[in-house]
Amino acid sequence: MQFTINGQVHEADVDIRTSLLDLAREHLGLTGSKKGCDHGQCGACTMIVNGRRINSCLTLAVMHQDDDIVTIEGLGGPDALNPLQRAFVTHDAFQCGYCTPGQICSATAMIEEARMGWPSHVSERLDGDVILDNDEISERMSGNICRCAAYPNIVDAIREVAEAGA
Amino acid sequence: MKTFDYARADSPEAAVAAADEETRFIAGGTNLLDLMKLQVMTPAKLVDISRLDLNRIEDMDEGGLRIGALVANSDLAADTRVRSRYAVLSRALLAGASGQLRNKASTGGNLLQRTRCYYFYDTASRCNKREPGSGCDAREGFNRIHAVLGTSEQCIATHPGDMPVAMRALDVVIVTLKKDGDRRRIPIADFYRLPGDTPQIETVLYPGELITHVELPPAPRGRQIYRKVRDRASYAFALVSVAGIASVEDGRIASAALAFGGLAHMPWRDPAVEAALIGQPPSTEAFNAAADALLTGARGFGHNDFKLPLARRTLIAVLRDLTGDAS
Ligand SMILES: Cc1cc2nc3c(=O)[nH]c(=O)nc-3n(C[C@H](O)[C@H](O)[C@H](O)COP(=O)(O)OP(=O)(O)OC[C@H]3O[C@@H](n4cnc5c(N)ncnc54)[C@H](O)[C@@H]3O)c2cc1C
Ligand code: SF4
Repeated sequence: MQFTINGQVHEADVDIRTSLLDLAREHLGLTGSKKGCDHGQCGACTMIVNGRRINSCLTLAVMHQDDDIVTIEGLGGPDALNPLQRAFVTHDAFQCGYCTPGQICSATAMIEEARMGWPSHVSERLDGDVILDNDEISERMSGNICRCAAYPNIVDAIREVAEAGA
Repeated sequence: MKTFDYARADSPEAAVAAADEETRFIAGGTNLLDLMKLQVMTPAKLVDISRLDLNRIEDMDEGGLRIGALVANSDLAADTRVRSRYAVLSRALLAGASGQLRNKASTGGNLLQRTRCYYFYDTASRCNKREPGSGCDAREGFNRIHAVLGTSEQCIATHPGDMPVAMRALDVVIVTLKKDGDRRRIPIADFYRLPGDTPQIETVLYPGELITHVELPPAPRGRQIYRKVRDRASYAFALVSVAGIASVEDGRIASAALAFGGLAHMPWRDPAVEAALIGQPPSTEAFNAAADALLTGARGFGHNDFKLPLARRTLIAVLRDLTGDAS
């Protein structure tokens, strides 16, 4: 099987049951994406596939052979942090750090969703521009659980980047 | 997870041809893989339908919309036609799951998602739905999330979905392709089954029958509301939810469609609820009469007794918002 992850083509011969998450972590050495619950509840495994955030634990690797897959490693590394990664550091938006790669991948795609005008459960109106205030960010990021409850700082970091890009 | 054969279908016809009794279609996989990891579901074969050309939302001649079975929940919620004409559907979708899950979850898969009953998920428990004839540990167990309407001796599980509740109020039609090549158009009112003696059979679909589309009739008159009550403000299944559509003319309720989530094995709708409202001026008496009609025959199983008053209050709150002064 052939996969395109972070712009690089990888070959891997994996069991049909392998999730996209296990493919990256166990077979390709991309251990940035984390395994929390393995049931789509915590968001630690969030990757961006064809521009969209998904839970990589709840999908089979075999179903993604033609896709454009981005993991946290593809967003930036220690020498070249992207703006969200930098904002997480500046705002101290993590404690243990386990959920952070998922938070950052999720937020990256979430900011795009808001730019496209997608409403959320807390949006007063279904039409019009989306302003990413704290309530909107919290609702849109509810698929990413932080066991240390660093939420206020996570929201601050995301809001800073969303506002800078607006 | 038990192993399985895997095949990717490149047309609906190929998908049904590849399916046998032991096959499941996989769309987003967000429910199926979850259950397969726990060995609650153990299909021998998966037919991957995720690449089928069924991911468009098209205008229909009579003014409705035809939704491909693979349209993602996020795309359906964000479609500008759905937002402006079927707000109850957008709202129900946005109230469900998380941003990540909605990007994967498909329209067909959402309709067919299975119950979140704890004992269904736990293979060490007795569950007639998972293992017909084994018993039901929910009846005497923790049944806080369970049904209060349409239950049976064999099963008291709920359908957990939000989108299907809005679709029940909107009277959608589910279009399918059978193995023999026949197409069916199934009104959602006839699509789901009560648990009865066969809780493992949840819909009228035949094995290997593929949902290809869901058709929305022309937009209804009046206001549309989806109200979901749950244990936390986001990212939780409904304890009770109400999809409501109603119009008021000359001070009286002219039309009403009300569907309920969290109460039964299927999105619940009862003509008696609507009959109690139509022709009446909006009033606490009329709203209570509608709630009485809804709850006739309802019963709790202990932990879920609270759903009876909660359903009444949620219905009344929705009716107030649907019929109150536009301000
Ligand atoms: C943590 C979590 C929270 C959630 N919260 C909510 C919530 O609040 N509200 C809510 O409504 N849902 C919620 N969900 C459920 C989610 O909406 C469903 O998992 C999703 O809609 C299923 O769609 P899918 O495409 O992934 O289905 P799949 O998992 O691919 O399939 C589900 C079932 O449908 C069958 N199937 C799929 N497509 C077709 C078709 N076209 N024809 C015939 N059969 C088909 C499959 O064979 C399978 O049996 C939650 C899920 C998770 C994991
Ligand atoms: S309520 Fe239904 S799904 Fe739950 S244990 Fe009983 S039979 Fe199984």
